Amino acid sequence: MRGDLQLIQDWIAPGSRVLDLGCGDGAFLAHLKATRNIQELGLEIDAENILQCLRAGVNVIEQNMDLGLQNLESGSFDTVVLAHTLQALHRPDLIVEEMLRVGKNCILTFPNFAYWRHRLALLTDGRMPKSPQLPYEWYDTPNLHHCTISDFDELCRRKHIKVLSRTVVDDGHHSSPLIRLSPNFFGINAIYHITR
Amino acid sequence: MPGAQKIIAADSVGLVSPERLHFDEPLKLRSGRTIDQYDLMVETYGTLNAERNNALLICHALSGDHHAAGYYDANNPKEKPGWWDCCIGPGKPFDTNHFFIVCLNNLGGCAGSTGPSSINPETGKPFGLDFPIITVRDWVHSQARLADRLGIEQWAAVIGGSLGGMQVMRWAISYPTRLRHALVIAAAPKLSAQNIAFNEVARQSIMSDPDFHEGRYYDFNTFPQKGVMLARMVGHITYLSDAMLREKFGKASSDSNFGRDLRSGNLSFGFDVDFQVQSYLQYKGQTFSKNFDANTYLLMIKALDYFDPAVDYGGDFSKAFAHSQCKFLVMSFSSDWRFAPERSREIVDNLLKAHKQVSYLEIAAAEGHDSFLMPIPRYMQALHAYMGRVAVECNSGGHR
Repeated sequence: MRGDLQLIQDWIAPGSRVLDLGCGDGAFLAHLKATRNIQELGLEIDAENILQCLRAGVNVIEQNMDLGLQNLESGSFDTVVLAHTLQALHRPDLIVEEMLRVGKNCILTFPNFAYWRHRLALLTDGRMPKSPQLPYEWYDTPNLHHCTISDFDELCRRKHIKVLSRTVVDDGHHSSPLIRLSPNFFGINAIYHITR
Repeated sequence: MPGAQKIIAADSVGLVSPERLHFDEPLKLRSGRTIDQYDLMVETYGTLNAERNNALLICHALSGDHHAAGYYDANNPKEKPGWWDCCIGPGKPFDTNHFFIVCLNNLGGCAGSTGPSSINPETGKPFGLDFPIITVRDWVHSQARLADRLGIEQWAAVIGGSLGGMQVMRWAISYPTRLRHALVIAAAPKLSAQNIAFNEVARQSIMSDPDFHEGRYYDFNTFPQKGVMLARMVGHITYLSDAMLREKFGKASSDSNFGRDLRSGNLSFGFDVDFQVQSYLQYKGQTFSKNFDANTYLLMIKALDYFDPAVDYGGDFSKAFAHSQCKFLVMSFSSDWRFAPERSREIVDNLLKAHKQVSYLEIAAAEGHDSFLMPIPRYMQALHAYMGRVAVECNSGGHR
């Protein structure tokens, strides 16, 4: 399992209703089902991933979340998860609003664009940064809206979103004294647990 | 005469034979009327396991019947297999290596089950329009009795496309403990006004045929072939897509440059058949009208018109599923305009609202509403994937 998913599973209550936006092959939901007896739903648009979900017995809806979550009732899930997808959506601010409407609490993970190596790449080469987390060229990247930890903190302040917890980690999903000292400079991945 | 024997593919269920089952416990109908006794024509494929937990019920659509797979005649190389042969057989999505599959001709049908063309024991004559109006829930009640007869307490899955999908939903509503999975394909929560409008054209075509004789055409040794043909023609157009008709009939070469294939090279400057799509449609309508009872057609489209489970729940479709316990797989096809993907999404949204377990796929396909009968690769893969899981559950003693 991906490191960020490893870290967030403890925030998911046993027996709860979990919506995973962009659930991929459903492995995370299948794991939560097996270990925490959750009631799961995944949203996904990739045909092969959807097939994998069906094979895994994971409930999956073919739905493009860029078109909204209007079909889901307010408060109908305990936890809504959006893992490493925020930056690839057309309007991240709107999806965050929708997540908070549909779920009682939400978990978001995203790559921190202000990581010092990214800053350095821009500063020294004058080119868009590439890294194991951001392996794409500027022209073929699925990522539309990169953001930093400070940006996301600001979004939460503006929208009066309560941050229940924030974890900033390196590429191995570990924290370190340096990251704790300056998360927005040394952190590679950000994990937020938020609510209204 | 082995030379004339047809070659049957390894993944076919092979030669099959239907069975007529008689039921003499009166069946109370939605209309308030009662059918005292009736026959159901049933075909089965595969074997019911010792736990009796591996049974699938296949519900047919408007013009379907019990013959969903395989062949009847080993010596007829031209015989077409059952109507859902692409899905049923060893190694196919509804895999006879794992499942015991049941398909029946619904009550009111014309393929051997009791229907308007059957003899009314009270009069000694065919029922005709005296045959009561049958609704989807009446079918499902009769199917539940069939399940009792076969010793099936709970279906592993109930499966159907179009009108068949409506029966599947009704199963989940009326018999919530008697199925573990519901596969609702190319269906709708109820007909739209446009759907009913098309059905009205079909109805008027049949009923205004001079050979209809108020449904008593059997007594006159005739049948409203023209009417059924017209009904089927208009129906058939709604089953196909514009793109598919274009693909099939719109590729005119330069010597017939109308963009709509001419039947011969020239215009007739008359009202005969000029374009191939005309003869295609007429052929489809004619073939159908020779084999399908007009009164059954009227019954089937009325059952479609009346389907609306929400009416019992103050118009809230999601409440209809309050007691359903099964998992749902809902599928739609991109070019289907009879029951468009939005209609399937309505089903999905209401199931979600009712907090039911549901998966949904919209399959890209050019074949319109009829896609659900076709071996479209992604569709077949999805059925395989889902049913593979169902098979595993059966093996691990799946039952509630």
